[in-house]
Amino acid sequence: MAECHPVGFQYVMEAKRRGATIIHVDPRFTRTSAVSDIHVPIRAASDIAFLGGLINHIVSNELDFREYVLAYTNAAAIIGPDFVDTEDLAGLFSGFDPEQATYNHDSWKYEGSPTDTRHKKGTDEDLDASRAEAAGSGGPRVHIKPQLDETLQHPRCVYQLLKKHFARYTPEMVHEVCGIEPAQFQQVADTLVHNSGRERTTALAYAVGWTHHSTGSQIIRAGAILQLLLGNVGRPGGGIIALRGHASIQGSTDIPTLYNLLPGYLPMPHASQHQSLDDWVRADEGAAGFWGNIRDYGVSLLKSWWGDAATAENDFCFDYLPRLTGDHGTYRTVLDQIEGKIAGYFLVGENPAVGSSNGKMQRRGLANLDWLVVRDLVMIESATFWADGPEIETGEMRTADIGTEVFFLPAASHTEKSGTFTNTQRLLQWHHEAVAPPDDCRSELWFYYHLGKRIRDKLAGSTDERDRPLLDLTWEYPEHGVHAEPDAEAVLREINGTGPDGAALSSYTELAADGSTRSGCWIYCGVYADEVNQSARRKPGHEQSWVAPEWGWAWPANRRTLYNRASADPDGKPWSERKAYVWWDQTLADGQGRWTGHDIPDFIADRHPHHVPAEGAQGPDAIGGSDPFIMMTDGKAWLYAPAGVVDGPMPTHYEPPESPVSNPLYPDQQHNPARRSYPHEINARNPDLSEVYPFVFTTYRVTEHHTAGGMSRTLPYLSELQPEFFCEVSPGLATERGLEHLGWATITSARTAIEARVLVTDRMRPLRVAGQVVHQIGLPYHWGPNGLSTGDAANDLVNVTVDPNVNIQDKVGTCAIAPGRRPRGPALLQHVAEHRRRAGVPVDEGKTP
Amino acid sequence: MSNRLSGPLDDVTGDAGYEAHPERMGFFTDTSVCIGCKACEVACKEWNFVPEDGLLLTGMSYDNTQQLDANSWRHVAFVEQTKPVQAPSPTVNTSASTDLGMPTVGLPGAQDPQAADNGDIGVRWLMSSDVCKHCTHAACLDVCPTGSLFRTEFGTVVVQQDICNGCGYCVPACPYGVIDQRKDDGRVFKCTMCYDRLGVGEQPACAKACPTESIQFGPLDELRERAQQRVERLHEQGIDEARLYGESPDDGVGGDGAFFLLLDEPEVYGMPPDPVVTTRDLAAMWRQAGAAALTLTVGVALSFVGRSR
Amino acid sequence: MLSGPRAGCRLVGVRVAWLAVAMRAARTFVEGWPVWRQLTGSDPLGRGHAARSRATDELQNRNATADRVVDSICPYCAVGCGQKVFVKDEKVTQIEGDPASPISRGRLCPKGSASKQLVTSPDRVTTVRYRRPGGTEWEDLDLDTAMDMIADRVLAARRSHWQDEHDGRRVRRTTGISSLGGATLDNEENYLMKKLYTAMGAVQIENQARI
Repeated sequence: MAECHPVGFQYVMEAKRRGATIIHVDPRFTRTSAVSDIHVPIRAASDIAFLGGLINHIVSNELDFREYVLAYTNAAAIIGPDFVDTEDLAGLFSGFDPEQATYNHDSWKYEGSPTDTRHKKGTDEDLDASRAEAAGSGGPRVHIKPQLDETLQHPRCVYQLLKKHFARYTPEMVHEVCGIEPAQFQQVADTLVHNSGRERTTALAYAVGWTHHSTGSQIIRAGAILQLLLGNVGRPGGGIIALRGHASIQGSTDIPTLYNLLPGYLPMPHASQHQSLDDWVRADEGAAGFWGNIRDYGVSLLKSWWGDAATAENDFCFDYLPRLTGDHGTYRTVLDQIEGKIAGYFLVGENPAVGSSNGKMQRRGLANLDWLVVRDLVMIESATFWADGPEIETGEMRTADIGTEVFFLPAASHTEKSGTFTNTQRLLQWHHEAVAPPDDCRSELWFYYHLGKRIRDKLAGSTDERDRPLLDLTWEYPEHGVHAEPDAEAVLREINGTGPDGAALSSYTELAADGSTRSGCWIYCGVYADEVNQSARRKPGHEQSWVAPEWGWAWPANRRTLYNRASADPDGKPWSERKAYVWWDQTLADGQGRWTGHDIPDFIADRHPHHVPAEGAQGPDAIGGSDPFIMMTDGKAWLYAPAGVVDGPMPTHYEPPESPVSNPLYPDQQHNPARRSYPHEINARNPDLSEVYPFVFTTYRVTEHHTAGGMSRTLPYLSELQPEFFCEVSPGLATERGLEHLGWATITSARTAIEARVLVTDRMRPLRVAGQVVHQIGLPYHWGPNGLSTGDAANDLVNVTVDPNVNIQDKVGTCAIAPGRRPRGPALLQHVAEHRRRAGVPVDEGKTP
Repeated sequence: MSNRLSGPLDDVTGDAGYEAHPERMGFFTDTSVCIGCKACEVACKEWNFVPEDGLLLTGMSYDNTQQLDANSWRHVAFVEQTKPVQAPSPTVNTSASTDLGMPTVGLPGAQDPQAADNGDIGVRWLMSSDVCKHCTHAACLDVCPTGSLFRTEFGTVVVQQDICNGCGYCVPACPYGVIDQRKDDGRVFKCTMCYDRLGVGEQPACAKACPTESIQFGPLDELRERAQQRVERLHEQGIDEARLYGESPDDGVGGDGAFFLLLDEPEVYGMPPDPVVTTRDLAAMWRQAGAAALTLTVGVALSFVGRSR
Repeated sequence: MLSGPRAGCRLVGVRVAWLAVAMRAARTFVEGWPVWRQLTGSDPLGRGHAARSRATDELQNRNATADRVVDSICPYCAVGCGQKVFVKDEKVTQIEGDPASPISRGRLCPKGSASKQLVTSPDRVTTVRYRRPGGTEWEDLDLDTAMDMIADRVLAARRSHWQDEHDGRRVRRTTGISSLGGATLDNEENYLMKKLYTAMGAVQIENQARI
C-alpha cells in the first residue's frame, strides 16, 4: 500500500502512531513492509492457504465474534443434503463437469431451494461468468430464506461446513504451502483475534496481489469470510478494502466498458435466455432486497438510451441490445484478432502490448487487424508495434507485411477536460477543465460523441432495421468551445436520471418500470440530485465531520461505508461507544424511531431493528430489521456462497497454472478445476513442476511508475527515479544461478525470454515450501521499448489463464533465469524453443480448439 | 548582534540584519515514518524547475538519485540492512512455541518502525529524505564572495541566481556536501526551502507533498520541541536507536535549520557524523593573517619613513 | 552579469567582522548602494538583509499570480487525491495537492507530484498520426479526415461482421469491432462509449478493469 497508494497510506501511518498493529503479507519486502510491525513473506498465489489457516484457527477454536456472526451472516443456514465438500471429493466440490470444466451449482444451495434449470449442463459455458459479475452492486440470487440452526451444531449448517472444509488448513499446512513459519502464523492469528469484538476492528486492504490469480475471486472471498467471522464488515475501521490502481477503475466497472455488463452491474443479455425484457428480469425480479427492483433499473436505462423510441409496446427497445453467446472478454478477443475474425480495434488510454498478459499474443492480434485506433497522450508501444515491436526484431513479423492501418489520435489530459473519476471507495469526484487541449488533442467524450454524430449522419435515411438502435439513440448534448466539446455535466445528468417532469432524480428508489423515469446508471442516481453536480462538492474536510459527506458523492446514495447497519447490534445499538457509526434512535420521527449516525444509514431509514417481514414480501419489503446486507436476497453476508461464485461455495487452495510444487492440500487437484485457459500455440503453459522452469516470478508495481508506463516512463522526473527495468532476486538465487548485482539476467518462460538488470537483495527471500526451497523473482512490469526509461515488458512472460468468475488472469508463473543478456533476433526464438523442448512443452500445445 | 561564525545563535535572522522578522523556519524530517516514495524529490523539481539528473540505475537499493546536488535538492536514501534477530524456529510447532514462552503477539509499536519482524532474517529498510541543512552557521554563505548566498528573513540560506557568478567557493565549504554547481550553467544550486512559497504563506513543496508527514515544516523552535517528544516516544517504545541529528544548537554548525530523526548512525544514511562549519576558525585565521599584514604594513611604512629621512 | 554596484559588493568579499570594519574606511571606493546598505544598516556582514538582490526583492510566487486555480483530481491511482491546477496565460503552471480534500489532505505521491510534467510534457503527441497498411512511417492526417475515415471503417466493419443470429438465436450484433479502454477515462466518457458501442451492436468491449 505504501508502494502503490502512498497518499492513502497516510492513514495507516496515523493508525500506527495511535497504536494499531500493521501486518504486511507479501512475497517481497516492500516499502510497506519497511514500516509495518510484522512482515509475513508468503509464496505468491498461496493466499487462500494462509487465509484458510486463519479461518480454521477461528472456527476450530470458536474464536469468532459470535453475536455478529449469528445475526448478520449465514453461519446458521442449512445447506441441502446433496452438497459434497472437497474433503470428500479429493479437492472437488459436488457438481463438477470435467468435460466443460464447470460446476453445476444445484447441490450447493440452501436446503429446500427449488432446482434452478438455468445452470443445467448444455447451456453456454460463459453464462455463469456474466451473471457472477452482475453481483458487483448486489449479491447473487437465492430464492428462499434458509432454514437456520442457531446452535450452529447441525452438520449441514454453514458454520460446520466451514469448519470441515478448512480443517486441513493447519499452521503446519500453512507452513507447507505458503512458507510461513508456524510461530509467525500464530502471531498473526492471535493479533487478529484479539482485535475482534465490540470494541475493536481490523481492516483488510488488498490489491492485485489477491485479484490477479486464476483463484482471485476466491482469495477475496476468503478475506471476506475472515472479516465476517471477526465482525469486521460494515463497521468503522473494518472492511475489506480494494486498493484499485487506476483513477477510475471502480468507475470503469460501475459504468462498464466491459462485455458482460451494462451500467450499474446489470447483466448484458445472453442469447440463450434473454430475448425479451421479461426474460431478462425473470431471475431477479421480486427477490428480496433492492436488487429485486431490477426492472425499474433496466427500463430506466433503456429509456435513457432510446428515449421516446422506447415504449412499453416495444419492450422499451430491449431488442436493441446485442446479445452475448459466450466469452467475449479481452483475451478471447485477442485470439480472435489473431485468427482474423475482427476488423477493427479501439485502444483508448490502454497499452496492451505492455500492460496485458502475454504481450506477444497482444501484438500478434494488433498486427492482424484491418484498422486500429489508438488514443493516448504519448506514443505507446501498442501504437508502434509495427515499427519496433519485439517481433520485428526476431523476424516473426515484417513491417511491410503488417496490414493494420493505424490511426493515432492524441488525447486530452485530465486537466483539459471535465468529468468524474470514481475512486477506490466508490467516491465520484469531479475534475474541471483547466485549459483547452492543444492541437488535435481531444477528450474521449469528444471523440465518441462526434464519432457517433458522424455515424448517425452517414446512416440518416437508412431503412435498415439494424440501424434503428443508432438512429433512435438519444445523442444530443450541449456543445461548447472551439472544438464543440460535449457538455460532460449534461452526460452526468443523464447518468443520474430524470423523472416524469424532466427534473433530475435524487435516488434510485424513485426509478420506475413504466417508462416514466430515465437513468443511465441506477447506482449513480442521486449524483445530480437537486440539479446540482454533487460530485463537484468540495467542502473542506476540516469544516465537516470525519466522514466528510459533503466532499464529492459516493454511490449508493452518498453512503461512505456499505452495509453500515452492521455497525449496530441486532437491537440497533452501537456495538460500543468507540465503534459507534450508525444506530437506531427511537426518539426521532416523533417517537417512531429512525436510523441515524455519522454516515447515511445503508438501510431503510424507518425500519425498526426488530422488524420481521410479512410472509411473501418482495423486494425491499422483504428486508428484516436486522438484515444489514440489503443487496443480498437473504439479507445476510455469506460465509458460504450457495450461488453466484462459479468455482465453489467456499475458497479452496489450488496451485496457480504454473507452479514449482504440487498442491500439498489436495494432491489430486493441482489447479483450480474451473479455471479458464486459452490453449493456443502462442499461449503455451510451462509444465507443472518443471525443472526447466524451476523459479516463481511475480509481477508488480513500484511507486515511481504507473501501470504500463505511458503516464510515467515518458516523464523525466519519474524516469530518473527508476530508470530501467530490473528484476529482484535473493542472494541465494544469485549465487545458485551466477547472477551479479547490476548485471543482466535473461528470464525465460514458454512464451518468450526477456532481459532485466539484476538487483540482488535480502528483501527477496527464498521460502521453504513443501520440503523444497522456492525462489521467487520480482518483476516490476512498467517497462517497454518506448519512452525515456526503457526495458523489456515483464508481462511478455505471462501465460493467460483466467479466473472463471471474472476472467482475470494470473500474474504469477514459473521461469528459468540465467546471467547475461537475452539473445537477439531469431536466436531469441531458438532460445525459447530450446527451453520448451527440454521442458517437454507439447509442440502443438493448445492448437485452438 | 553577535556576528559569530560558530556556536549557538539565538536569533540567526536578526543577526543577518532583519529587525522585525518572522520566526526561523525549518524542516524536521522524521525518517521513522518515511516510506521512500520520493514525492519530495518530484514536488521539489516541479516547483523549482530543477532539471532531470540523469537516468542511471545505481543498484543502491531503490536510490537512483544518489546524492544531493545542483539538480537534486531532495534525496531519498535507501539503506537495506540485514541483521540477525531472535528467530522462531521453523521446526517448533505452534503449541511448543507457546510452551517455550516465546512472544506470540508483538506489542503494537514495540518493534523497530522500519524493521518488520519476518522470521529468521531481520531485514530493515531505512529511508530518509535528505536536504540542505540551512545551517545556523552556513559556511557556504560565509565564503560567498558575491553576496549571492544570503540568509532570508526566515533564517534560511538561499542562492540568488542573479548574483551567483559560479566561482564555486561555497562548494567545498559546505560540511554536508550539499551545494553544487550545475555543469552546463556554472552557477550553484540547492534547496531554497521554497523561499518564494514561504513569502505567501505556503509550505515548501516537499513538505506539502509528503504523504506521511515525514517531512515537517514549521517554526524551528516548535519543530525541535516536537522532535524531542517524538524521540522520547520512540524510546518509550523500546526503539533506543532513535536519535536526532542536526537539532542541537551546540553542534558544529550551531544547529541545522533542517534536522532529522534517524534510526541509525548518521554515516549509515550518508551523513557526516560530526559536521563542523568550515569557517569556524576563519576569524582566528584572519586575525593572524591581519597581524602579519599589519606588521608588514608597518614595516613597509617604516621603510618609507626611513627613506624619507 | 555583475553590475557595477554588485562588483562593489563583491569586493567586500569574505564578510568577517573586522574586515568589514576595515572596509568601512575604504567606503569612498565603493559607490554601490548594497554596500552602503550593508555597511550602514543592521547587517554589516552582508549575509542577510543587505545582500538581497533585485531579483530577490522582486521575487513573485507563481501560484499567487496565477490567472485562475482549477479544482482537479489526480489521474494516477484510485486514492483520488485532490489537486489544484494553477493556470497562467492558458498554460498549466503548477499542480499540487488540495489541502481541502479529506482524502489526501493536500498530499501527493511522486506520480501525482509529476502531474504538471505529465500534462505539459513535450513528449506528448498532439497531432494525428497515420500509418497506412504496410507502411513503414507515420504520416500526417487531418483530424477531420481521420474522424471521417474511422466512421466509415466502423460502419463497414459493423456490416461485414454483422450477425442477426448465432446458433439459431437472435443476437443482432457485430463481431467486427473490438475495444479496450483504460481506467483513467471519466465516467461520462465510459458512458458514451458503452452507449454508442451497444447501439452499434458491438460486444467485444473491454476495459483495464478486466486486466
